[in-house]
Amino acid sequence: MRARWFTVGLLAWLWTGVALAQQGGVTTGDAVLDPIFTAFVQGRGAERQAALDELAASGHPDVRQLLEGILGSDLMLHEDSGTIVRVVKQGRRYDTTRLDGSEAFGTVGRRDVDRLSLNNRLRAHLRTLIAGLGLSSEDAGERLAAVNALVDEPDGIGREQLDTLLTSETDERVRRALSSVRARQLIGSDDPDERREGIDALAADLSPDSRRAIARIANADDDEYAAQTRELASVAMARQRALVQRYEIMETIFFGLSLGSVLVLAAIGLAITFGVMGVINMAHGELIMLGAYTAWAMQQLLPQSVTTALLLSIPVAFVVTALVGIAIERSVIRFLYGRPLETLLATFGISLILQQLVRTVVSPRNVPVANPPFMQGTWEVNAVLSLTLNRLWILGFCLVVFALLLILLKRSRFGLEVRAVSQNRQMARAMGVRSARIDSLTFGLGAGVAGIAGVALSQLTNVGPNLGQAYIVDSFMVVVFGGVGNLWGTLIGGMTLGVANKLMEPWAGAILAKILVLTFLILFIQRRPRGLFPQRGRAAAS
Amino acid sequence: MAQTVNKDAGLPEPALRTRTSPPPFPTRRLTTMTELLKGSATLPWLASAALLGAAPGAIAQDDTIKVGVLHSLSGTMAISETTLKDTMLMLIEQQNEKGGLLGKQLEAVVVDPASDWPLFAEKARELIEQEGVAATFGAWTSVSRKSVLPVIEELNSPLFYPVQYEGEESSKNVYYTGAAPNQQAIPAVDYLRDEIGVERWVLAGTDYVYPRTTNRILEAYLKANGVAEEDIMINYTPFGHSDWQSIVSEIQGFGSEGKKTAVVSTVNGDANVPFYKELANQGISAEDIPVVAFSVGEEELSGFDTEPLVGHLAAWNYFMSVDAEANEDFIDAWIEFIGDEDRVTNDPMEAHYIGFNMWVKAVEKAGTTDADAVADAIIGVAVPNLSGGFSAMMPNHHITKPVLIGEIQDDGQFEIVWETSGLVAGDAWSDFLDSSKDLMADWQAPLSCGNYNVKTGECSGQNL
Repeated sequence: MRARWFTVGLLAWLWTGVALAQQGGVTTGDAVLDPIFTAFVQGRGAERQAALDELAASGHPDVRQLLEGILGSDLMLHEDSGTIVRVVKQGRRYDTTRLDGSEAFGTVGRRDVDRLSLNNRLRAHLRTLIAGLGLSSEDAGERLAAVNALVDEPDGIGREQLDTLLTSETDERVRRALSSVRARQLIGSDDPDERREGIDALAADLSPDSRRAIARIANADDDEYAAQTRELASVAMARQRALVQRYEIMETIFFGLSLGSVLVLAAIGLAITFGVMGVINMAHGELIMLGAYTAWAMQQLLPQSVTTALLLSIPVAFVVTALVGIAIERSVIRFLYGRPLETLLATFGISLILQQLVRTVVSPRNVPVANPPFMQGTWEVNAVLSLTLNRLWILGFCLVVFALLLILLKRSRFGLEVRAVSQNRQMARAMGVRSARIDSLTFGLGAGVAGIAGVALSQLTNVGPNLGQAYIVDSFMVVVFGGVGNLWGTLIGGMTLGVANKLMEPWAGAILAKILVLTFLILFIQRRPRGLFPQRGRAAAS
Repeated sequence: MAQTVNKDAGLPEPALRTRTSPPPFPTRRLTTMTELLKGSATLPWLASAALLGAAPGAIAQDDTIKVGVLHSLSGTMAISETTLKDTMLMLIEQQNEKGGLLGKQLEAVVVDPASDWPLFAEKARELIEQEGVAATFGAWTSVSRKSVLPVIEELNSPLFYPVQYEGEESSKNVYYTGAAPNQQAIPAVDYLRDEIGVERWVLAGTDYVYPRTTNRILEAYLKANGVAEEDIMINYTPFGHSDWQSIVSEIQGFGSEGKKTAVVSTVNGDANVPFYKELANQGISAEDIPVVAFSVGEEELSGFDTEPLVGHLAAWNYFMSVDAEANEDFIDAWIEFIGDEDRVTNDPMEAHYIGFNMWVKAVEKAGTTDADAVADAIIGVAVPNLSGGFSAMMPNHHITKPVLIGEIQDDGQFEIVWETSGLVAGDAWSDFLDSSKDLMADWQAPLSCGNYNVKTGECSGQNL
């Protein structure tokens, strides 16, 4: 009898041991979290989502950090020991600590730890869970994010809880978001008065969900909504549509202006060299490229602060490309004055040399240039109109550069001499202006501005040896359209071309829009060969 | 136009001087070609040149078997193709360490067609005629392959093409080790529809033959599966397009109609970077509107900050993160060969690995490197792939491959979220286009045809 119980006990113990060994569970150092993380690491599909739900509901004090750690890949599985560790990246290796903060396995290599794998569905679910936890957070931003996550599922929060939050909420944005969720709940209610209240509240909100909700009511059947409700909804819908159209036009114009600002920045240096000296500089694109590479180089030198690197790279790029420009002028272009075709060929050759130089010295591949934090994200004017911050900054930067150049050319001694030389060289020389020196400096100025344009472009597009090739044709296009040698012409010409391109793009497509703009330009040049704002004066007539 | 700047205006024009006396410096007249040819000293020179020119093959085959590597090492495609040249060098070195092929050592002949499509044809001719290569491994863009096609068919030499392409071709001299649309595009669309529940589709591509043809196939496939015309948006952009504002805004508008929307992207090259950046800037995350790309792999991601791309998808037949012993060994060997721990492996590299091993096996089976003998021997050859299985060469010159869908992670690697349970055989002629649904390719006797029409029973005789 005793022997039998003993055997049963032994077998049970062995079986448990075998089962546990087969399971090879994941350890976290916390008994509550062990099964949850084991299910998450070893489970599949819905089991993993359930594990996350369990974690969120567990009431563990660190729930939020754990969820954020999983989402942000800060938690990994140490392969050999099966422990969940918190990791901090050190170069190509990872510093590990246990979840409770104590020492783990020191610094390990990439192959020793396994990421806790995620896919889009789990990521979205994690965000919803984190947002749900954020509703009672101290930080207004977190509360706003939590409420915004609820907007798509207004029934995810109870009416009473919503009313309580509304009365106790102090932050204006969060109140508006909460009201929007409430409006959505009201629309789904059975009471027609509540529905009307909901429709009015929603009509003010131009987001696609609200518009769709209103449209659904307006087009609904007789039995679902009363005629009065439907009529209200139709009126609201029409009003919304008009507003949306207006904002969409504003958005297109913004896109056009931002494209135009890029064109203006690229072309303005060319307007100066082309206008003042009559030199066709095919290496202009490569000067832009050098400016962009300067931005990259500054970021390599100052890796810890992207913002400082970018701001410093503006004057550095100006100086670097101005020196390159002066070198080109002194060594090649000076001997080719009055011979535009030879200048064209020579500068084309220089552009090839510069391209290959960059390919050999740096790399034939693109180099990464990071955006500083203040240039990331959007400014959401309303639900329909959101302006990306990087483009806004570039637009502002373009206008500032333009204003500075205008002041330089109109108000400074140097600018006076440049204008004199470009209007009547002989007279200027007779007045004591050293025209050769002015030529070099003007070319340097044009090149320097191209360098600054390159820094701006590095924030928008890929930086590679071929960057210049993409902008040289556009630069000439803007200069020819706007009128040679005229800064205002360049600004207005560039902005016009940008806006025209963007207006046509939605219905013609990117490629056809470009073709149409070029065709328009050709026809325009037939009528006004000198561009929008031609140069005046007898010497300019030749 | 430009102002005439005459710095010496006002001075008299210098009179033209004509030379009447000999120049004051010594001159040397170079021997002209005629004189060279006439001179007796040139005869032995000519004779040896003739001998060398007449028998390049004989000299080559005595010592080594030459293998041509036709990848751009400069120009726009250098970014993608340089790593394939290095892969071939590694594979050839490994084979030589195993004793070479048919008792001879292999010699790699590397040329640089510089992303210039006509130069691809010239370089292919140089490899086959002058260097006498037994096989060529190369090309990337479809246009480069189309340029090389007439040359290799005229000279009857094989080309192993490692890149995913648009199909609609089966040449006697090309072995397509990259994915056909039914091994990449179609399964990706199935995944989006079945697993993600996508109902609206944006087909965005670069404007050239591969995206255009792939989108034609996908549009036909979607419509055949009940997707309405207004639920499909197609868009093309030029190479290197960087201003994605309006297009991304349109995509966002298209995707906010209440139905789950996805973008199927055949955008090639570095235009992908500003595209993904703009998606991130306008607040469209991979969870809202996922983008599945066919031309974005580990090599393209290794150049830039992948944070805005996390969660977006790619469809390939191999990822560096595949968990298989063959893959671990390959990656270790590759890192050792290239001497850089940060280098990555990608799908076209696996295609070269498979193609090269298939060629070696076929040559050993046939006992010769002669193109026709190899063509007969290679069909049916199966070699291990890097995902733990085998790939076999089909009679239509395509191979069997698994299809994998991966999500981009923040370190530029892919997390595999779905794979086919078995291997998919490449289909050269898409079943979804009217022009090709009746066509099939079979290079084995008795058909020996690249585009055989099963309805009419005729072989059109063309390889394109």
